Amino acid sequence: MRKTSILFVAGIVIVLALGFLLPWTVRNPFYFFVGYVVLQYVTIATGWNILGGYAGYINFGAAGFFGAGVYLSAFLFTTFGLPLPLCILAAAVFGAVLGLLMGYLTLRIQGVYFAIATLGLVVVLETIVHNISALGGASGMAVYGPKPPAWSPGPSQYNFTIMLVIAVAAVSLARFVEISWIGRGLRAVRASEDAAECSGVPTLRLKLLACALSGAVLAAAGAPYPFYTSFVEPVTAFSLIIGLNAIAMPLIGGTKSWVGPVLGALLLASVQQIATVTISSELNILFVGLVLIAFVAFAPGGLSDLFGRRQGRAKS
Amino acid sequence: MISIDILLNAVVTGILLGSVYASLALGLAITFGILHIPNIAHPTLVVAGAFFVYTLSQWGLDPILAALIGLVPFYILGVALYIFYSRVFERRGGANVLQSLTLFFGLSLVIEILLALGFGSELKSVSVSYIGSSLKLGLLTIPYRLLIPALLGPVMIGAVWLYLSRTNSGTAIRAVAHEERALSIAGLNPASVKRHAFGIATATAVVAGAALIMVGPVEPFAGRFQIGRVFAIVVLAGMGSIPGSLAIAIIIGIAEALVSSYLNPSWSPGVAFAILLLGLALRPQGLFGAAR
Amino acid sequence: MKTRREFHKLAAATAVALAVPAIVGSKVFAQDKPIRVGASVSLTGPLASTKNGLIGYELWRDDVNAAGGLLGRKVELVTYDDQSSAANVPAIYSKLVDVDACDVLFSPYGANLSAPVMPFIKQRDLFMIGMFGLAGNDVAKHDKFFHSGPWGPNSGRDWARGFFDLAKAQGVKKIAIINADLEFSKNAAKGGAEVAKEYGMEIVFNQSYPPNTTDFSSMIRNINAGDPEAIFIASYPADSTAIIRGVKEIGISDKVKIFGGAMVGPQYGALLSSLGPELNGLVNSHTFVPEPTMQTPAIKGFFDRYTPIAVKQGVDPLGYYIPPFYYVAGQLAAAAITGSKSVDPAKMAAFLHANSVDTIAGKIAFNEIGDWKERRVLMVQLRGIKGNDLEQFRNPGHQVILDPPSLKTGDLAGPYNKARAS
Repeated sequence: MRKTSILFVAGIVIVLALGFLLPWTVRNPFYFFVGYVVLQYVTIATGWNILGGYAGYINFGAAGFFGAGVYLSAFLFTTFGLPLPLCILAAAVFGAVLGLLMGYLTLRIQGVYFAIATLGLVVVLETIVHNISALGGASGMAVYGPKPPAWSPGPSQYNFTIMLVIAVAAVSLARFVEISWIGRGLRAVRASEDAAECSGVPTLRLKLLACALSGAVLAAAGAPYPFYTSFVEPVTAFSLIIGLNAIAMPLIGGTKSWVGPVLGALLLASVQQIATVTISSELNILFVGLVLIAFVAFAPGGLSDLFGRRQGRAKS
Repeated sequence: MISIDILLNAVVTGILLGSVYASLALGLAITFGILHIPNIAHPTLVVAGAFFVYTLSQWGLDPILAALIGLVPFYILGVALYIFYSRVFERRGGANVLQSLTLFFGLSLVIEILLALGFGSELKSVSVSYIGSSLKLGLLTIPYRLLIPALLGPVMIGAVWLYLSRTNSGTAIRAVAHEERALSIAGLNPASVKRHAFGIATATAVVAGAALIMVGPVEPFAGRFQIGRVFAIVVLAGMGSIPGSLAIAIIIGIAEALVSSYLNPSWSPGVAFAILLLGLALRPQGLFGAAR
Repeated sequence: MKTRREFHKLAAATAVALAVPAIVGSKVFAQDKPIRVGASVSLTGPLASTKNGLIGYELWRDDVNAAGGLLGRKVELVTYDDQSSAANVPAIYSKLVDVDACDVLFSPYGANLSAPVMPFIKQRDLFMIGMFGLAGNDVAKHDKFFHSGPWGPNSGRDWARGFFDLAKAQGVKKIAIINADLEFSKNAAKGGAEVAKEYGMEIVFNQSYPPNTTDFSSMIRNINAGDPEAIFIASYPADSTAIIRGVKEIGISDKVKIFGGAMVGPQYGALLSSLGPELNGLVNSHTFVPEPTMQTPAIKGFFDRYTPIAVKQGVDPLGYYIPPFYYVAGQLAAAAITGSKSVDPAKMAAFLHANSVDTIAGKIAFNEIGDWKERRVLMVQLRGIKGNDLEQFRNPGHQVILDPPSLKTGDLAGPYNKARAS
């Protein structure tokens, strides 16, 4: 366990260093626009997986948390002029609170009912945001972002680096949860909640913790979004494709560990970005739909499971 | 400003719309409520049914007639869907929640895009002679556009409920989710019972689709707005209670109409979900149904 | 639905067909690299009904290239599908500028999709023509942005002022305002409310409704309870249909003199055809109608070429609302380039600020933030519609221009119930 942790930390340091240096070496800003979106999805997929993959509670309402993060960040920045890092922290805290709330409301229900209830969350949140005039409602809110600091050559590169930091933090958190007692408990809950309860695992507390952590990461993924698009409106902030990708990416990559969501996000988000600027058509959604069906039918453990089997490692 | 005629009309509109929602939810009440298969693609199947009715109406057929013609093709579609579903999960001896939900989710996306590619993403509507005029009963003004589709709901629900409670195959359907083994011992094939049930559920989608397109224009992605309501109805009614789903649907319809009239219409999309979340928190087994 | 590949084959064929005379006439393009014009179009998603604008861009590009290009260089159009989602816009416009090296940009459709691009073009100091984005430049105030649409100055508040001018002339004192809760309609209603107050009208009912509302019975009854003399509606195609049908089912008072305003939908062939005579009497906004004061051989020629392409693609065969202004956008860009003899944003912008341009939609002059100096949004009244045939709308008399006075072709026929029944 020690060795892999050292490797992991080393990997993170390298990735972060790259993130800060790349903007100065790669001149074309386009790659940072695309990179932002890919990293955003890495964060979303990782956050979703804490509850969905580790605990087995499928959250159809990832877009609700994402949108909440978007709007809180936009509101704090335009109203109070809070600096970006504080906005992100505030969004994460708000996401955690929202996650806890959702956890309490859906306490007693399992499985399918939970998934349906989470669907409702997005609609309720979107309706609320829509009706708060201070947030702009349907007309949306324009957000003119802060000037990037000296260590970043431009706004798109700045957003990219910020998103990279968030993604790295999210993945580190997911890995920590996975290898700690929390992860063990969640795996017990996923395997059989009743048995876990009988063995003394504090299932309720663990579920609430997972809800809170998942919500925090999802909201943090949305926090820099207003600065990326300079404009927020409810339809795109709470969009279906976010909730969809949040499920598809871990499914494709593998839900059992932190690697899966990263893999699935890198793959699917890159494909979608390429499709947007080359093919560009409704086929994007069709593609995701078919991919989902294919993976459920043939590779339910996701890609990381496929690779694992190929290497002949015994999976617990 | 509580004037009686606005209140009465709002309540009546709510009842009629609720009845339409009930016909949308019926198929899900069968597949999810009775068979415990979370067919999240059902609202999209209803939209597909609406487009089927639209296509036939372009050749001059009345929508209700078109729906009746559609019963057989959609039944076959339902059977095919169930066979696909069971083949996919047979290898693994049972489906877990994420997988079945995801499968049907993916399916609903594929159906929506196929509809969009085939018909374009614009709104399509049907025009029937009685759409546009209303029935006047004293203080009430009831548009036929709402009245006729609303009558389809109870008729279809009544028919299905009678079938499920009075016939042998209907009873088998009700039993299969609870006691699959007992069913096989009794000599029935659970798989064929489930296939049959899925077929019936999908057949109701075409009638619900006809109701939907009579009430207003429909576009390929319209299913998304109905998912919440439809699940709310099935879950709140208590799984497996068909008459219960009609009652809950009407309650939701009235709630939405009242919120729209007296508060602000902007809040009405959240009504069904708010009721669902509250209901789940307070009484998870639903108001009418059998205990899970 | 036709794929983009098929469409491009058609466009290429058209381009070749138009280019043959040019080649035969021994016009040779300069060996410089082509002038690139970049844009995103909503080919898919909720705004996909605006994709017929692309035909306007393509016809313009073909015409320009047939006449020898701009500054002797060929014009190339680079477009991507933004899927009607604001989230896709930043990456697309970065690609257009940073990878495809476009010299001129056209915005996405509407204010919601254009908003993400405004800080981008301001920061990078780029030249852009705005497509149907109401008040799009009012916050950024970029000096190299120009509207292709006839909104006029202070468009956020004033673009539908014509409706209220007509109401005022009829002595309307009480008005009801309803709107769909989406950006365009919400802003139209907000601006309308300000103008109504300015004219001393009492707003007896003001409500917004969620976008997928299908039943307006309660709302219409509430409106009737307020006893208004005019009803201003800002809606989208689905709700426009439902409202007009709902009014027919429930009925409104004879006191209502003027009904309509900012309903999106009745400008499109699809709704004109499906609602037909139910639209009689409606007073609604528009950007172009074939009335004597607007019809010219140039714009008629545009529609003669537009219609066969549109029919083939399965989009609106009339195309009055959006496509001509996409052609106008091209004409504005062309005028800026040839007038300043460069593709330098500052020089192009300076030219457009200093000169008026002749386009198929008339002569256009701009103010400092790129609005048309004169508002030319039309308020038309639909009249004499019989049956569901679309061809009747190609003739004058069915969409009578009531406002602005410079383009007027008729007077308001009221009250609404009477105009509806005719």
